[in-house]
Amino acid sequence: MIIFDKVAKQYPGGYTALDGISLRIAPGELVILSGHSGAGKSTLLKLIPAIERPTSGAVRINEQDISRLPRRAVPYLRRNIGMVLQESRLLFDRSVYDNILLPLIINGHPPGDAAKRVGAALDLVGLHGREKEFPAGLSGGEQQRAAIARAFVNRPSILIADEPTAHLDPAYAAEIAELFKSFNGAGVTVLVVTHDVSLFRHWSPRRIALAHGRLMEE
Amino acid sequence: MRNWLYLHSRALAQALERLGGQPFGTLLSALVMGVALALPAGGYLLLDNIAVLARGVSGTPEISLFLDDKADSAQAEAVQGKLQAEPDLASFRFVSRDEALRQLESSGLGDVLSGIAVNPLPDAFVVTLRSDDPELFEALSARMRNWPGVAHVQLDSAWIKRLSALIGLGRTVVLMLAALLGLALVIITFNTIRLQILTQKNEIEVSRLLGATDRFIRRPFYWFGSLQGVFGGLVALGVVWIGVDVLAGPVAKVAESYGALVALSHPGWLESLATVASAAALGWLGAAISVRRHLAET
Ligand SMILES: Nc1ncnc2c1ncn2[C@@H]1O[C@H](COP(=O)(O)OP(=O)(O)OP(=O)(O)O)[C@@H](O)[C@H]1O
Ligand SMILES: [Mg+2]
Repeated sequence: MIIFDKVAKQYPGGYTALDGISLRIAPGELVILSGHSGAGKSTLLKLIPAIERPTSGAVRINEQDISRLPRRAVPYLRRNIGMVLQESRLLFDRSVYDNILLPLIINGHPPGDAAKRVGAALDLVGLHGREKEFPAGLSGGEQQRAAIARAFVNRPSILIADEPTAHLDPAYAAEIAELFKSFNGAGVTVLVVTHDVSLFRHWSPRRIALAHGRLMEE
Repeated sequence: MRNWLYLHSRALAQALERLGGQPFGTLLSALVMGVALALPAGGYLLLDNIAVLARGVSGTPEISLFLDDKADSAQAEAVQGKLQAEPDLASFRFVSRDEALRQLESSGLGDVLSGIAVNPLPDAFVVTLRSDDPELFEALSARMRNWPGVAHVQLDSAWIKRLSALIGLGRTVVLMLAALLGLALVIITFNTIRLQILTQKNEIEVSRLLGATDRFIRRPFYWFGSLQGVFGGLVALGVVWIGVDVLAGPVAKVAESYGALVALSHPGWLESLATVASAAALGWLGAAISVRRHLAET
């Protein structure tokens, strides 16, 4: 359960990106978040793994108040949240395999088990056989799929994605939407920011929208 | 424990990879550190060798106790008794005036004395001490000077004193050098780690998002600093080793001309280990400070 309780976020300089957000996302829900540019979508996503902290109000995940989490506890929170954000780009100095392996190393997985999981994640996103290549050698869609494999390899219970289909052909975008649906089918709570709400229409997800930092349920 | 070992071995592998990824920079830092460390390490070794060398040149420190011309055998025996009672003596032997003359003649200086009818040399005791502590030397000779029948006490403590003062001064200089160059090593590591952190900025940020703890992120940098220190220490040992090889010949010649059988020696296992270990520790320290300074908040 993810709960936003009267959350406001002001960036240094005084700009109010989020204002009075109250929101409950149940475990296993698929939620699509849309809104105009600058509406505060990315800001809302970043509050969940404590990349940003709310100025007022509280964000709770499974009863835990994320907004007051001490700095040293943040890494353990993040290990349970898969992220496909602009900030969490692929590392271009290592292979696709090593990129996907990284969360498992960070999590201290035993090497044998880690190798199996990376293999499974590669299969899932259809990059099997491409693992030795470097991200620069992949197309935009393939890079995005590698990033999704990395977000999911740790089997988090929450998955957040910020415009995962931006700059992709419609065919690729549809594939990626399918991926998120399949994760959601496996019980993962999925929150996706996208302009292209039609992509997910087959699964009739819950749709919410932001406008000027305020939430509108649709 | 298993996991801890695994994480450290991964961090070590990562540090080695980063060092290997820029072989030229790694080599350069190792050389700079090595040459810097070779100075105090070599200085220490040199002083150690000089102390041994000095003992070799002077032999065991001796005091010569010349008896009064007019001293009779009873007085000589009394002096002998007193010497026997001294606890700090290693040995002593009596050199009669006749024996002294024979020694002088056999040494080729006999001609000087050939014109003189009577033997001008006094009876003497030659005393060797248990230690070469100059204080003990002084105290003992001052006491002997007051013994009845003793005309003159001659000791080589003056130059021993000077030498040990010089060695003491040398030790201080080496210590200061070590402190100064150790500081330089810490600063060099501090800076390399700073640059490392800058180049790894992207990886560090992404790792944080993926749930990496501060410790996870810092670990490879600690290893990096320590390894760089180890390489620097090894270079320093190499420089000292070669230096000893180069200097051994000339030093042996000098020692020979003083009649001393001394060879300049290579650093021992313990000294080598201490050099490398302290270089590693200094590298670790530089890394720790740099990491604390540059990885504080992200
Ligand atoms: N780090 C920051 N410092 C200051 N202001 C910021 C920061 N990040 C975002 N903002 C501001 O907060 C507002 C909301 O930004 P946010 O990135 O959440 O919007 P968004 O809905 O994701 O927009 P887009 O669709 O363009 O990505 C914007 O006006 C933006 O300029
Ligand atoms: Mg955005």
